[in-house]
Amino acid sequence: MSQTDRFTFNGVDIQYEEGQSIAAALINDEKRELRSTRFGGEPRSIFCGIGICFDCIVVINGVGNQRSCLIQAQPGMKVESGQ
Amino acid sequence: MQNPDAIVIGAGIVGASAALSLTNAGMKVLVIDRGAVSSGTTGAGEGNILVSDKDPGPELTLALRSRDLWFEMQEDVGDSFELEAKGGVVVARRDDAPLMKLAIEQSKHGVITQKLDHTSLHEVEPYLHPDLTSGVLYPQDAQCQPMLAAAHIIRIVMQRGGALISQAKVLRVHVADGRVQGVETTRGTFKAPIIVNATGTWAGEIAELAGSHLPIAPRKGFILVTEPTKKYIFHKVYDSDYVANVASSDADLQTSTVVEGTRSGTILIGASRERVGFDGSMNYQILRTLAAQATSLFPVLRDVQLLRAYRGFRPYAPDHLPVIGEDALVKGLWHSAGHEGAGIGLAPGSAALITDAILGRESFMDSTPFSPTRFVKVSV
Repeated sequence: MSQTDRFTFNGVDIQYEEGQSIAAALINDEKRELRSTRFGGEPRSIFCGIGICFDCIVVINGVGNQRSCLIQAQPGMKVESGQ
Repeated sequence: MQNPDAIVIGAGIVGASAALSLTNAGMKVLVIDRGAVSSGTTGAGEGNILVSDKDPGPELTLALRSRDLWFEMQEDVGDSFELEAKGGVVVARRDDAPLMKLAIEQSKHGVITQKLDHTSLHEVEPYLHPDLTSGVLYPQDAQCQPMLAAAHIIRIVMQRGGALISQAKVLRVHVADGRVQGVETTRGTFKAPIIVNATGTWAGEIAELAGSHLPIAPRKGFILVTEPTKKYIFHKVYDSDYVANVASSDADLQTSTVVEGTRSGTILIGASRERVGFDGSMNYQILRTLAAQATSLFPVLRDVQLLRAYRGFRPYAPDHLPVIGEDALVKGLWHSAGHEGAGIGLAPGSAALITDAILGRESFMDSTPFSPTRFVKVSV
């Protein structure tokens, strides 16, 4: 078993495995809606998974427009839904 | 489609506008494109509808009418392409005398201009670098989302009896007794007494297939796209070097700063111009230059991420005027091409000129300066 730790997503604890991206950890925890669109308010999730499409952007420790598919989860990160 | 009255080659904004204008004049129009709708230069621009970057002359007359026609077209087909009269702000980086002189000349020819001093400049664009001291506001400048526009306009053309065939590359243009007869494409042969060549940067190839000639060449440009941000930029903002670069015939790289927000929240940053043929390769040095110039106008952009960059090829005629009118040698072959970086803005005006000429109607201006015959005078 890998070492596991936690970050929060919209205030909820998410467990992840070391080396896992934020998006992978969220999908693993069945959190599919990572953000909603700015105008239509429609749900968005991971789409391309390789940093191209910017559909999976989230707010990490207060900094917006971060691609959750590219950024490794770290202990204590505060992740929130992007827009 | 059986027996179209006209075939428009090119499903970019210029072709789409021509198709709509001809359709509204009662013609049955077939639009063909070698690729998809907006797959050429229309899909690689910013959606500029500008009067601010034009010197007084025929192109400015066309731009002013065309700008109004954009809003008439929106009334005709519906608000579906992010058309916005956002206005342009031209900033003088150094000596502002040439810019102020141009603005005075433009204002004598129907362009609304408003001189901005340090205070008013920073009122209209509060995130501009504080060292910038003067500029001109052009309230008529507008913007649209050109890919949406071409797609929507062609959809309306189809609803009104027209047709679109994509992925149809023209292999031959049939001409008999000096009159165009139709085109042979990779998806079949289509006959019509009128053919409109709206293939932009590639318009010379169609002219050549018809046994004629148009000297249109590509002028490459890059655009950077940022992440969506809060609203930092309220107009299309560019530095006064842009006007000089647009008018230049230099083959070497030229860059000037053009920065604007879009309705979707991203910011577009341009503009580079170079004549390197159809070499589509990425050039990181140019991207760096564009980014550095943009942050020198708007320091707040230093902390904004870029999402991507794209490039396209402006259709460039040696005298910087579009080519609008009937071919010099082939009757029934009409060109609406060579609009360089102004094709979005000039599209509906060009379409009106073409339609009026085809129907023998009087138009809003004399289109002689745009005539394709200007390129064959030497050989006649």
